[in-house]
Amino acid sequence: MFTLEEYKSVDPIAWCPGCGNFYILEALKNAFVELQKKPSEIVIVSGIGQAPKTPHYLRCNAFNGLHGRTLPVATGVKLANHELTVLAEGGDGDGYAEGGNHFIHAMRRNINITYLVHNNQVYGLTKGQTSPTSELGYMSRTTPAGSLSPPMIPLLLAIASNCTFVARGFSGDKVHLTHLIKEGILHKGFAFIEILQPCVSFNRVNTFQWYKNRVYKVTGQPDYDPNNRLMAFKMAQEWGERIPIGLIYKADRPTLDEQESAIKEVCLVKQKVDQESFERLLEILY
Amino acid sequence: MTATSGGGFCLMVEGLGLAGMTETPLVIVNAQRPGPSTGLPTRTEQGDLKFVIHASHGEFPRAVLAPGNAEQAFYLMAKAFNLADQYQTPVIVLGDQHLNDSYFTVDELDLTQIEIERGSIVFDDRISSAKDYKRYTWDDSGVSPRILPGQSEAVLYADSDEHTEAGHITESAEVRKQQMDKRMKKLEGMRQKMELPVIYPSEKSDIVILGWGSTYGAIKEAVEIMNRDGLKTQMIHFSEIYPFPSKDLSGEISTDAKVIAVETNYTGQFADFFKFETVIPIYHKILKYDGRPISPEEIVTEVKNQIT
Repeated sequence: MFTLEEYKSVDPIAWCPGCGNFYILEALKNAFVELQKKPSEIVIVSGIGQAPKTPHYLRCNAFNGLHGRTLPVATGVKLANHELTVLAEGGDGDGYAEGGNHFIHAMRRNINITYLVHNNQVYGLTKGQTSPTSELGYMSRTTPAGSLSPPMIPLLLAIASNCTFVARGFSGDKVHLTHLIKEGILHKGFAFIEILQPCVSFNRVNTFQWYKNRVYKVTGQPDYDPNNRLMAFKMAQEWGERIPIGLIYKADRPTLDEQESAIKEVCLVKQKVDQESFERLLEILY
Repeated sequence: MTATSGGGFCLMVEGLGLAGMTETPLVIVNAQRPGPSTGLPTRTEQGDLKFVIHASHGEFPRAVLAPGNAEQAFYLMAKAFNLADQYQTPVIVLGDQHLNDSYFTVDELDLTQIEIERGSIVFDDRISSAKDYKRYTWDDSGVSPRILPGQSEAVLYADSDEHTEAGHITESAEVRKQQMDKRMKKLEGMRQKMELPVIYPSEKSDIVILGWGSTYGAIKEAVEIMNRDGLKTQMIHFSEIYPFPSKDLSGEISTDAKVIAVETNYTGQFADFFKFETVIPIYHKILKYDGRPISPEEIVTEVKNQIT
C-alpha cells in the first residue's frame, strides 16, 4: 500500500508562495496514490523551467535534463523499459518553444507516456518574458510594446498531430486534475495534458480568478463526444470568455513501444547479451 | 550508442554535455566529413579531432578513439562501450567517410578478445538501504554506483544542473567543487586504459611518420615503400587518442628522428595535440584537405621532397 508519505521528497521546494505548481504537484501525488504506483517504477523526465523542478519534489526516478528536450529522453526511457510508468513534464516555454518539434513527433509516434505541460503563458524561471502561449499584445521586457504574435493553440496542434489523448486541466481544480492525470497514465498511448497554471509573480493578467471565471468542464456538455475529431477541433479552438477543460480528444491506435519488434517479447533492460546470435551475425558478414 | 557525421554531432553537442553532467554512458560515432557547415557532405576529412575533444561548454571527462581499419574498428567499438559503461561518460569513436565507406579484407574476428564490462551497476543487494541511495555519491575513482530504474527499490535523481550527491539541484560552492573533482577523476582512470600507438617496424629510424585514424593503411604502405627504397622509416599510428596514453613514448623513437605528421585536414590537428602531450617536435606536416583520401604514393613523394 503506497500512501502520500511514500512519494515525499527531502528536497526543499523553491517555488514562489501561492504558485500554481503546488496544486499540480499535489494532484500528481494523489494520482500515484490512487493508481498505487510504486515510486521506483515511476520515471519523470523534465526540461528546464519552474515546472521541470517538479520531479525533485516527489520521491520517484527523475531525469531533469535539457531545455525543451524532455520528450526524446522520455521516449528513450520507455523504449529501454516499457514496464515503467513514464511521464514528461515541463512548461509552455520548454515544451512549445524549444521543444515544439519533439512535441509534434512524440505525438505522431504515440509512445506510451504522459506529458504534463504547465502552461502559465509566461517564462517564469527567467522572470517574466513573453512565451509561445502569451496573449497577443502581452507586455513584458522582451515585448515592451506588446506581443506581436498570436499565441499558439497546443490542443489544436495535438489533435492535428494525431495525439491519442488530448486534455486540459486547471491547477485551481485539483480533484479534476488528479482525475485527468490518472486517465492520462492509464491511457495506452501518448497522453498530453495541458495544465492552466497561474504564475503569481510574473503573469498579472491570467490569474487564478481570471481562469476561475472562465473554465468549464466538457464532460457532461450535451452531445460532446471526445472521439469525434471534428468536434474536438472545434472545442480546442474555444478560448476567451469560456475555456473548456477536461478530455477534449481521444483515439485508439497502436503505441510505438508495442510495435517495436525488438522489445515485443522481453523489455530491453531485461535482455541479456546473446553470444550465439552475435556469432551467427558474424558468420553472415564473412 | 548513436552514429552521425560532423554536422549531426555539431547540432547535438548540448546532448554531449548533458551526458557528461548526468554521468550517462554514451558511445558516439562521428564519421567525419569536410566542413564547416554542409561542406563536402559525401567526402572525407579528419577535421573534427580538436572539436570532439573540446565540444560542449564546461569541462567533463570523455574519451576519443579513432580506428585505422575495419579490424581496429571492431575491437575499439567494444572498448568504447566498456569505457562508457565503466566511467559513465561519453566515448567518441572518430571515423571518416574514407574509413566508414571502405571495404577491407580481415582475418576472422576473435570474439574471445571481447569481454563486456558494464561497470558499476548495482541492484538491491549492494544498496544498504534503498531510501539512502545517492546517484552521485563520492568515490575516489570518480565513478558512483548507478541503478537501473525499476530494477531495485531505490530511486535515482539525475540532473543537468549542478547537483548534490543525491542528484538534487544545488548552488553550493563546496558541492560544485566536490562534484567537479569527482567527475574529472574519471579522466585519469581512462588515461590508464589507453593503449600506445602501433609502431611499425619496431627498429628506430631516421624518419618517423606520425598518423591517426583512417590514414593507417596509406602510411603503413608508404613506410614499406620507403624502406624498400633504402630510406629507414617508421610509422607511429594512434587509434586511442584522448585522454592521451600516459605511457612514455620517448624510448620508442630515435631522439634525432624527423617526425613527419600525415593528416587529412588543413591545420594538422593531431600533430599539435601530439606535440602538446609529448613535447616531441614535428619536423613537417603533410596535409590534405581536398575531401579525398591520401594515397601511399602521395606520402612517399612528399616525404622524399622534405628530407632531400
